[in-house]
Amino acid sequence: MLAFVLRRLIQAVLVMLTVAFIAFMLFQYVGDPVTNILGQDATPQQRQQLRADLGLDSPFPVQFARFVGNAVQGEFGLSLRQGRKVSSLIAERLPATLELALLAALMALAIGIPMGVYSALKRGTFASQALMTVSLIGVSLPTFLIGILLILVFAVTLKWLPSFGRGEVVAFGPWTTGMTTIDGWRHLVLPAVTLAIFQLTLIMRLVRSEMLEVLRADYIKFARARGLSDRAVYFRHALKNTLVPVVTITGLQIGGLIAFAIITETVFQWPGMGLLFIQAVQFADIPVMAAYLCLIALIFVVINLVVDLLYFAVDPRLRVERAAAAH
Amino acid sequence: MKRIAPWLLTVAFACTATLSHALTLRVSNQGDVGSMDPHSLNEALQLSFDINIYEPLIERDKNMGLVPALATKWTQTSPTVWRFDLRPGVRFHDGTPFTADDVVFTFKRAAGDGSDMKGYTNPIKEVRKVGELAVEIETTAPYPILPDTLTTLGMMSKKWCEENKAEHPVDRRKGIENTASFKANGTGPFRLKERQPSVRTVLVKNFNWWGKVDGNVDEVVFTPIGNDATRVAALLSGETDLMEPVPLQDVERIKAAGLNVLQGPELRTIFLGMDQKRDELLFSSVKGKNPFKDVRVRRAFYQAIDEETIKSRVMRGAALPTGLMVGAAVRGFQADMNKRLPYDPEAAKKLLADAGYPNGFEVGMNCPNDRYVNDAAICQAVAANLARIGVKVNLMTETKISYFPKILRRDTSFYLLGWTPSTVDSHDVLSSIIATPNEKGQGQFNLGAYSNPKLDELTLKIQSETDQKKRNDLIREAFKIHQDDVGHIPLHQQALAWAFGKNVQLTQLPNNYMYFKWVTLKSM
Repeated sequence: MLAFVLRRLIQAVLVMLTVAFIAFMLFQYVGDPVTNILGQDATPQQRQQLRADLGLDSPFPVQFARFVGNAVQGEFGLSLRQGRKVSSLIAERLPATLELALLAALMALAIGIPMGVYSALKRGTFASQALMTVSLIGVSLPTFLIGILLILVFAVTLKWLPSFGRGEVVAFGPWTTGMTTIDGWRHLVLPAVTLAIFQLTLIMRLVRSEMLEVLRADYIKFARARGLSDRAVYFRHALKNTLVPVVTITGLQIGGLIAFAIITETVFQWPGMGLLFIQAVQFADIPVMAAYLCLIALIFVVINLVVDLLYFAVDPRLRVERAAAAH
Repeated sequence: MKRIAPWLLTVAFACTATLSHALTLRVSNQGDVGSMDPHSLNEALQLSFDINIYEPLIERDKNMGLVPALATKWTQTSPTVWRFDLRPGVRFHDGTPFTADDVVFTFKRAAGDGSDMKGYTNPIKEVRKVGELAVEIETTAPYPILPDTLTTLGMMSKKWCEENKAEHPVDRRKGIENTASFKANGTGPFRLKERQPSVRTVLVKNFNWWGKVDGNVDEVVFTPIGNDATRVAALLSGETDLMEPVPLQDVERIKAAGLNVLQGPELRTIFLGMDQKRDELLFSSVKGKNPFKDVRVRRAFYQAIDEETIKSRVMRGAALPTGLMVGAAVRGFQADMNKRLPYDPEAAKKLLADAGYPNGFEVGMNCPNDRYVNDAAICQAVAANLARIGVKVNLMTETKISYFPKILRRDTSFYLLGWTPSTVDSHDVLSSIIATPNEKGQGQFNLGAYSNPKLDELTLKIQSETDQKKRNDLIREAFKIHQDDVGHIPLHQQALAWAFGKNVQLTQLPNNYMYFKWVTLKSM
C-alpha cells in the first residue's frame, strides 16, 4: 500500500513538473508584457531595463529553474498587471470559483440523476423522449451561448435576476461567500445554471445508459423473481450499482468545473480564477498565468490521486491488476 | 406547470432588492482601473478614474480649456521658470493640509523609480518650494506647454505616502506590494471607500472638497465587465447607469431601448505607416529597392483607400475621417487643412505606373486586432482597396501583446497605429510620430522612419516657441510638409461611445476622461 502511494506521488510530481514546463514554454510565445507595463511614451532604454529587471532576458532554462524554485514555495511573484502578490490574488478569487463549481455540481447531481433514472425506467414514453431531446440541446449548446441567452431572458427581458458579478458577499476570515445573503444567491443562480447544464445532461445520459445496462443484469431478474417491489428493485439494487461510474465521473468533472469555469466567469463577470486567468492572458501577465495553470494541474492531480486511492480501497480486483502491471 | 414555483421565488427575491436613498452612480467599463496610484500607469482609464480622487495643479474644463485646480494662478517668470500659487485651505481626505511640500514631493515621486509619468516630468529640471503655498517649476529648456502636461499629474500627500511606505509607485521588479495601489488619499471631490480589484471600486463624495460640485452624485460604484454582451445587458436591465465603450453594433439597440448613447470624436488618430528607411522592404515582392521611398507610391496608397466606406461600413458611422494627424480638440489643429486626398483608384493606378509598378507589387501589412475599434477590419478593408490598384497585401493581424513588441522593433513594412497626443498639443505628434527617429527619443513611434530634416527643424522650434500665433504658423507649416510628403496616411479619429440611462446627465471630454463631479442623476 505504502509503495503504491509513493509511486503515485512520484508520478504526480512528474506530471506537475511537465505541466509547469509546458506552461512556461507556452509563455515564451504569448508576447511581451513590457509594452503593456510601460506606457506609450517610454524610451527603448526604459523597456530594455525593465526586461532585464524582470529577468525576461535570461536564457530559458534559467528562467524556468527560477520559476520552479519559487513555485515550490508557493511564490509566484507580483502580478505584472495589478502589482499585487499572485498568491493573494488567487486566494481572493478561489472562493468565488469553488462556490460556483460546487453549486453547479450539486445542481447537476440533484437534477441529473432523477432525470436519468426516470428516462431509463419510462423508456419510450413521450416525457422521457422529450427529456432526451432537451438533454441533446444541453450537451451541444456552447456555454457562452447558454449564458448569454439566460442573461437576455432573465436579466434584460424579465429583469428578475442580475446579469453580472457576485453581489453582496460576506467574509469569514479569508473566505468570502455569497451564500448567506439573498443578493448573493440571486447572483449565483444564472452562472451556476449555465455551468451546470452541460454536466447535468451528461450525468443524466450517463445514468440512463448505466441504468438500462444494469436493469438487463441477471441479479435484477432474480430480484424480480423473488417478488421484490419495483421500488426496492430500482432504487435499492439497480440505482446503487449504476452510481459507481457516476461518482467517478462526477469527481473528475468537479476538477473540470473548476478549471473550465473560465467561459461562464467571463460571460457573467464572475470574479473567480477563470476571469483572473483570462484577464492575465490579455495582458501577458505571465506570473498569474503560470500560477493558475499550476494550480489547476494540482487540483487534477490531487483528484486523480484520491480517486485512485479510493478504487484501491474499494475494489480488491484492482490491487491484483496493479501488482501485475507494476512488473 | 410545476416550473412556476421557482420563478415566483425569484420574483420575491427581486422585490427585496435594497432601495438606497443616496444617489449612486453605477458605472461599468470594459476593463478595470489598473491601480489607485495616480503615477503607476500612463493609461487613459486609470488616469481618468484616479483624477476624481487625486487632483492636478491645473485641470481641464468642459471645453478642454485650462482652469485652476490645486494651483490658483500660474505665471511664467522667465522662459524656463514658472511660478504656481497653490490653493489655500485645501485638505487631503485624511485631513492633512495641502502645501508646497506635497507638490515638491509629488514631482519627485512622478519622476522616480516605478513611475510611468516620467514622460510628463522629463522636461522639468527642478521643482522648488518658494513659500508655504507657492512653488516654482524650472524646465530644462523653454517649454510653453508645461501647463498642459500638468493636467494629468495627481497631487499626493507627502505625509501619507511616507507613513504608508508609498514614496514610490509599486515596483514590480522588487516583488513588494504598495499601499498606494489599493488605498488612496487625495484632495479630489471623491474619496475611495472600497477597492476590490477587478470586482468593484466604490467612491463616495468628499463633503470637505474646496470646489463647487456641478452634479449630485453621492456614491460611485465602478465595475469592470469585460464581456461586451454582458456589459450591454447590465445597462439594458438597469443594473448599471453608465457604461463605456459601447460596442458599435449595439448602438442602435441601446437607443431603441430608450437609453442614451453619446458619441464624440476621440483625440486618438488612426493612421497607416510605411517603412521608408530600409533600402529593401522586409516583406515585399520588390527586391533591391524600397517602393515606399517614392512619394508617388505613398500617394497612390493614400488615394486608393476609400475612407468614407471604411467609416460607414467598418466603423458604422462612428469615425471622423481625417486628413491631419491630430483631431479637432488638439492645439494646433488646422481646420482648413483637414482635407483628405480624394479617393481615386484610377489616379492611384497611374501614380503606381509612373513610379514603375504598372502591375503593382506585394507587401506585408501588420495590424493589431484588439487595440483600436475594429482595427483588424480596417486593415482588411485597406487590403481590399489596395487590391484594386494591383497591390497585393499580405495581412497579418495579431493581438496587441505580440503586435507592439514586433512593430517597436520595426519588423514591419506597412502597419496601422493609433496615437493620442497626451499633452493635447500638436507638438507631441510631431515629435513622437513624425520627426526623424534619433537617440534622444525623438520619433520614437515613427516606426517607418519617415524623415524630412526641414520638419525636424520646425519641430524643435515649435517645442520652445512661446508666441502662440507664431507657434501655430510653425505647426501649420510642419503639417503642410507632412501632407505633401504623405509621411503617413491618416485615416480617422474613432468615436468615443458612452451609453447611459435616461436619468443620467453628464459631460464627455475628447480625452475620454470621466469626471463624476459633472454627473447629475435625475429622479425618475
